[in-house]
Amino acid sequence: MTKLNTPLLFVSGAMLMAAPWVIDAAPYESTMGLVQKIFYFHMPSAWLYLIAAIICGVQSGRFLFGKNRSVDASAVAAAELALVFGLITLVTGPLWARKAWGVWWVWDPRLTSSLLLWMIFASYVLLRRYGGPGSDKLGAGMALFGMANVPFVFISVNVWRTLHPMTSVVPTLPVDMGGPLWFCLTAFLLLFLVLLNVRTRIERQRARIDDLFLAEDEA
Amino acid sequence: MGNFLRVAWLVFRKDTLVEMRSREVLYTTLFFAVSVVLVFSFAFVKEGRAPDDVAAGILWIAISFSGTLALGRTFERERYNDTLRALMLAPADRPALYAGKFLGMVALLALVELLLVPLVGFLFAAPIFSRPLLLATLLGLGTLGFSAVGTLFAAMLVRVRSRDTLLAVLLYPITVPVMIAGVRGTAALFQPEPDLAMAQLWIALLAFWDVVFVTLALWTFEPLMTE
Repeated sequence: MTKLNTPLLFVSGAMLMAAPWVIDAAPYESTMGLVQKIFYFHMPSAWLYLIAAIICGVQSGRFLFGKNRSVDASAVAAAELALVFGLITLVTGPLWARKAWGVWWVWDPRLTSSLLLWMIFASYVLLRRYGGPGSDKLGAGMALFGMANVPFVFISVNVWRTLHPMTSVVPTLPVDMGGPLWFCLTAFLLLFLVLLNVRTRIERQRARIDDLFLAEDEA
Repeated sequence: MGNFLRVAWLVFRKDTLVEMRSREVLYTTLFFAVSVVLVFSFAFVKEGRAPDDVAAGILWIAISFSGTLALGRTFERERYNDTLRALMLAPADRPALYAGKFLGMVALLALVELLLVPLVGFLFAAPIFSRPLLLATLLGLGTLGFSAVGTLFAAMLVRVRSRDTLLAVLLYPITVPVMIAGVRGTAALFQPEPDLAMAQLWIALLAFWDVVFVTLALWTFEPLMTE
C-alpha cells in the first residue's frame, strides 16, 4: 500500500487542480446560480466525513472485541480525518447557506447533528492526545458512540422537514452536474485514502517507539 | 437473567449503603444543583419576572452539570479506596456490575430532580403540575440516557490522567441528543398551552437514544474495563 501513496497523491493533486475548470464547465443551477457550485466540494467532503467516522467506529470495535491491537492506529487516523473533512463540510455549508437561505446557520436536524458528530470526534482527538495511558480503550468506546450518530446525520434530512436538501437529490442530478460531482468525489477520496494510509503508518510507528521505550525502561 | 439482576441489585445496595453512611455525594450534588439554578435566576429574572421559555433549559443544564459532578465523585471513591479492582475481580458478569452502578446513578439523580423541579417551578414560574406524568416520563428517560453514558465513561476514566476535565469533555458532546430532546420536550410542556404532540415526539426520540446508549454501554463495558 505504501508504494501507491505517491502516485495516488499525484493523481489526486492533478484532479484537484483541474477541479475548478471541471466545475466551471458545469451548468448554473436555475435558482441559486453561481453559489451552488460550492456543492461540488461540500458534498464529497461531507461523505468522506461520515465515511471517516464509520471507519473510526469499525476499527475501534475491532480493537475492543478483536485480538488485533494494531487496528487502533487506523482509528486514530480516521478520527483526525473526520475532523478535517468535517471542518471543510462545516465551513462550506454556512458559506452556501448564507447565499441560498440568507442565514449562516440554522439549528435544523442535519446541521445540528453534523456539528455534534464533529464535537464527538474533536473530544476523541483531545482524549487521545491528552488522556495518557489507558485512553486508547476509552477512545474506542467514544468512537463507537460517535458512530451511532452517523445514520442519524445521514437520514435526518429525509425524516424531518429541513432546509437542507434531501439525500435523494444526488441520483436525480443531470449528467452535466453529476459528472463534476463524481470527479470531485474521486479526487477527495484518493486524497483521503493517501492521508489515511500515511497517518496510520505514523501512528503505528509511534506506538512501536512507545513500546520499545517502555521495554527499555523495564529492562 | 436472574443472576444478572441479583448482581446488579447487590452492587446497587452496596453503593446506596456506602452513600447513606456519609451522604457526601448526595448533599454536595444537591447543593451544587441548587446553586446552579440560583445563579441562573440571578442572571435572568428581572423585576420579579422570568423570561419565557428559559425554565426547561435551566432545569436540564442543572441536571447535567450536577450529574457530571456526581459521576466524578462516585468513581473517585472507588478509585481512592482501590475498590474498583476488587469489584472487577468479583466472579460476576461485568455488565451486571455496570447495571448496578447505573441504577445507583439514576436513583441519585432522581433524588436531585425531586428538589430541582419544584425549585425551577418556583423561581421561573414554570407550570410543573400541568402535565406531571409526561414531565416525569421526560425526566426519567433523559436521566436514563445521561446516566447510561455517564456511568460508562466515568468508570473508564478512573484509569486515565486528568479525568475530571475529560469527563465533561467526553460526556457533553455524546449526551447532547438527550439534552436537546429533554429541553425541547420540557419546553413544549411548559408553554401556556402544552404542546402534547411535540412532547410525545421528543419522548419517542429520548426512548430511541436510551435504547442505543444502554445497549452500547452494556455491550462495551466488558472489553473496556478489561486491562
